[in-house]
Amino acid sequence: MKPLLEMKDIVIEGCTGESWDPIIKGLNLTLTKGEVLGLIGESGAGKSTLGLASMAYTRQGCRIASGSIVFDGQELFGAPEPEVRAIRGARIAYVAQSAAASFNPAHRLIRQYTEGPVQHGLMSTAEAEKKAVATYEQLLLPDPENIGYRFPHQVSGGQLQRAMVAMAMSCQPDIIIFDEPTTALDVTTQIEVLAAIKEITRRFNTAAIYITHDLAVVAQLADRIMVLRYGELVEENNAREMLENPRETYTRDLLAVRSFQKRKNLKAPDDVVLKIESVTAGYTGDDNVLESIDLEIRRGRTVALVGESGSGKSTLARVITGLLPPNQGRVIFKGKQLPAALKARKRKDLQRLQMIYQMPDTALNPRQKIRKIIGRPLKFYFNQNRKQQQRRILELLEQVELPAEYIDRYPTELSGGEKQRICIARALAAEPDLIICDEVTSALDQLVAEGILKLLLSLQRKLLVSYLFITHDLATVKAISDEIVVMLQGRIVEKGPKQKVLKPPHHAYTDRLLSSVPEMDPDWLDTLLQERAGRARGADIHPSVA
Amino acid sequence: MTAAFKLLRSAPFSARLGTGMVLITLLAALLTPVIAPYGETEVVGDVWLEAGRQHLVGTDNLGRDMFSRLLYGARNTIAIAFAITALSFVVGVMWGFLAAVVGGWMDQLLSRCVDILMAFPTLIFALMVLSVVGTSIPALVVVIALLDSTRVFRLSRAVAMDIEVLEFVEAARLRGEGLWWLMRHEVLPNAMPPLVAEFGLRFCFVFLFIAALSFLGLGIQPPMADWGSMVRENAGAITFGIYTPLWPAAAIAFLTVGVNLIVDWFLHLASGLED
Amino acid sequence: MMQLHKPNSIAALVVKRIGLGVVTLLVISLLIFAGVEALPGDLAQAVLGHSATPETVAAFRKELKLDLPAHERYVAWLGAFVKGDFGNSLANRRPVAELIGWRFANTIFLAAATALIAVPVAVVLGILAALYRNTLFDRLISMATLSTISFPEFFVAYILIALLSVQMAVFPSIANVNAQMNLWQKFYAIFLPCLTLALVVIAHMMRQTRAAIINILSSPFIEMANLKGLRRLRVVVQHAFPNALSPVINVIALNLAYLVVGVVIVEVVFVYPGLGQLLVDSVSKRDIPVVQASGLIFAATYVLLNLLADVLSIVSNPRLRNPR
Repeated sequence: MKPLLEMKDIVIEGCTGESWDPIIKGLNLTLTKGEVLGLIGESGAGKSTLGLASMAYTRQGCRIASGSIVFDGQELFGAPEPEVRAIRGARIAYVAQSAAASFNPAHRLIRQYTEGPVQHGLMSTAEAEKKAVATYEQLLLPDPENIGYRFPHQVSGGQLQRAMVAMAMSCQPDIIIFDEPTTALDVTTQIEVLAAIKEITRRFNTAAIYITHDLAVVAQLADRIMVLRYGELVEENNAREMLENPRETYTRDLLAVRSFQKRKNLKAPDDVVLKIESVTAGYTGDDNVLESIDLEIRRGRTVALVGESGSGKSTLARVITGLLPPNQGRVIFKGKQLPAALKARKRKDLQRLQMIYQMPDTALNPRQKIRKIIGRPLKFYFNQNRKQQQRRILELLEQVELPAEYIDRYPTELSGGEKQRICIARALAAEPDLIICDEVTSALDQLVAEGILKLLLSLQRKLLVSYLFITHDLATVKAISDEIVVMLQGRIVEKGPKQKVLKPPHHAYTDRLLSSVPEMDPDWLDTLLQERAGRARGADIHPSVA
Repeated sequence: MTAAFKLLRSAPFSARLGTGMVLITLLAALLTPVIAPYGETEVVGDVWLEAGRQHLVGTDNLGRDMFSRLLYGARNTIAIAFAITALSFVVGVMWGFLAAVVGGWMDQLLSRCVDILMAFPTLIFALMVLSVVGTSIPALVVVIALLDSTRVFRLSRAVAMDIEVLEFVEAARLRGEGLWWLMRHEVLPNAMPPLVAEFGLRFCFVFLFIAALSFLGLGIQPPMADWGSMVRENAGAITFGIYTPLWPAAAIAFLTVGVNLIVDWFLHLASGLED
Repeated sequence: MMQLHKPNSIAALVVKRIGLGVVTLLVISLLIFAGVEALPGDLAQAVLGHSATPETVAAFRKELKLDLPAHERYVAWLGAFVKGDFGNSLANRRPVAELIGWRFANTIFLAAATALIAVPVAVVLGILAALYRNTLFDRLISMATLSTISFPEFFVAYILIALLSVQMAVFPSIANVNAQMNLWQKFYAIFLPCLTLALVVIAHMMRQTRAAIINILSSPFIEMANLKGLRRLRVVVQHAFPNALSPVINVIALNLAYLVVGVVIVEVVFVYPGLGQLLVDSVSKRDIPVVQASGLIFAATYVLLNLLADVLSIVSNPRLRNPR
């Protein structure tokens, strides 16, 4: 069969100050009609750049240096502007990562839908509007007749992302480029968007390039997968074959992510480090973000606090650290009640309770050297002199598996994973009993994140420190926790030892959350959707509750 | 030092031109007693003499050597403008950081005060205040610096707010650090690039502002040489086709263009580094 | 069908902003009043000189109402001001309103004529520079505007005088207008001050417009519009423009406010019979009632234009206009 899209020897360069450096180093890509191709890779692999290049488009500061892009027998690279424009939107459409930023805030959704087909001369406005409603209905958007007349900021994130998929379908293109369309969404919302994408590509036999860093997600949709790294191809294969039988080590590593499990630490004593008693808290007077939270963390254990955005899990961290004094309830640390406000707490209490953040880039002061970053807690809490500090910093660097010469570097000279290790070292410098880990791996590439998790576990075994691990990622939870606390809308819906929470019967929400996490099995999404549809029919509820 | 030199060599032509212009002016101001052929207020000849060998750019309305007065004017005006800018930065940055880091009522109070002060056109305000307190140099410095510090306050508050929400500041807070450490060690070093650029812009603004006040006869008072008042004193010449007043005006433009060229490049550099 | 407007949010914002404007004006009037109170020595004595008899000083004090307590005088002064009674000039004893009225009209005439030229030119140039950024055209314009904003207004003014008035003798260097002139004669008379102001304001406004447009053009929704295969003109007009409206309106209003103040210096250079000229003269003569009145009028204009800028940018913001 003749390929629909054929890209050959594509070289794309990015401008770094003075010189042009290659981002994509001579890649080939083919796509036949109706085929879904997954582009997989970590940040910096060049997958988005390659995806956009299929429309002969590059972002500012990039350029296609050489190669050929043949779409349906027509060369796009170097083609005159009107020819390329006639293809874009009409025959190759694009779905961006952030729907909120990619919809024009000044226009209603339906106007942005109809614009493409009307401008490409495919339909009249009235026809396009009728088709918009039909597409919204197919994608199970609530109130499809009227949702188009809303402005983008009046619609929720998951719905907006589906509205963008609908918009991409407006001209019935031959190819759609999906650029990480679910990365910014919660797992339960992600399912809806994935289902929408699958439905639409299947029904209209549309070819697609699906760009993501998440193998499990792409496994649900792709017929074929290309693994990219540093702008080069690592491996390309049929999706099922690749998942069953990866050839390259890099692919194997990606597949094996989070398959490790924490071993139970039998030596750990049982005393309670942190106890939270019926805490109720909120930012404004009457609206409580947290409702009567009770929680216990014992020494040397990891408690995973799971929930989607808006569940109040980060707010709970703010209450524990004293940044947000609760309206009611107590925080008891090592048997002693802590004052509610940060200012009233003693230095010794602060020292015993440390925190690690999601973004290592912003958690370290870029204008301080590592020596100052780790040395400051040593000086501040233990009043160590320079020589003592130097010795201890080197010790800590060794513990987090970083070379000693990093002591005189700035954070900007380190990679993301290395920065997160510095954050861990800074927390350890205070010799804490409890470390609050707030989404510490979600900003990192998967393999790097894996390294951080393993480091945290080995440190826990050595130092008997406790972790309160806040995360939305259930794979991480399964890997590292002893106990799990599930939060929804400011309340704890379920808590207990890991084995108990992960095994049915669950609370309804826990069930939804757990079942929404994509698995490497390519049939997982279909099976799940069938199951859910069956259950909904059984309960006589329409499945389109968004 | 070598790093600065290297940076300058990679700079575009406009930035290098600007640096040259500023350096020439500064050098002239520093070396005034050496270069100036005549004294600041010395009457050396006839009124509004043509430019020539004796007087490089002619003489002024009282027969003083214009070139010497330009040099002394550079000294006086730059020194005063610099003092004002520095004072306004000390005041503005201090309060701006305080508003951002302490937040709450402190921020509300300071911001509302500044809102009201900024709702007032600066030139009109300065004119009215100076009409009351008189036009001595200390009064000039304090009044303009206070007026100008409102803009510095706005910027440093905004910059500090952006930094304050970053986790490393929260980490320092949770460690138990005091206000001074937060402002001095966490916020200030990261606020430097926009503040340095703003210093350049504010300096230009203050410089032009004093020039304007002096031109209106309400700034630096004669017989002290100052570029703005030199334009005013010689303004009458222009209708006779004598271009003496253009010299000090051009000198003002020369320095401010130079500073602006550097600032423009610096801003471009700072914005480029972010992404 | 579509969600109903919740009137409270946008109206509340506007009302709040207007309230702030009123408070600002009150505080300014208070400051102006207090500033005069802070004058060293007795005003009446200072004005009449040492030769005045105690009786005349007392009578004068009574005329200025200096014998009343400060807060009563403030209320009386403000009340009279609102009614258009600004008191009498100390220098020539004529009513301030009479001195100010026609001069303020002249100032507004000059500012309005300038705005009429400057606003369209600046906005069009700003948009063009943003669309063709980093081209030779953009670089030339940005160099030129950077230089212009670095020039003191009087430098621009004197260069124009030297060129157009002294060398070529086509326009008068003294901009004298009076009631007998017809509109064209007036325009001719104010050509040079108008051009001076326009050059300076265009430079400022153009740079800010360019920055605002570039900011919009780099948003993801513009990339999306391009990837939908829309024509460049459509992307700019339909997608960039509605979102750029709010920042550009803001830029225009702020520069109009600047214009009213910048007028002071230009009036002095061209000896234009406007309010700025009067203010500067009165400051050097210490004619306090005139300074108070003209200062307050300038401040009020400035505050109103700033207020207008904020209100318009609230109203033209699509997110605020269509609340959730």
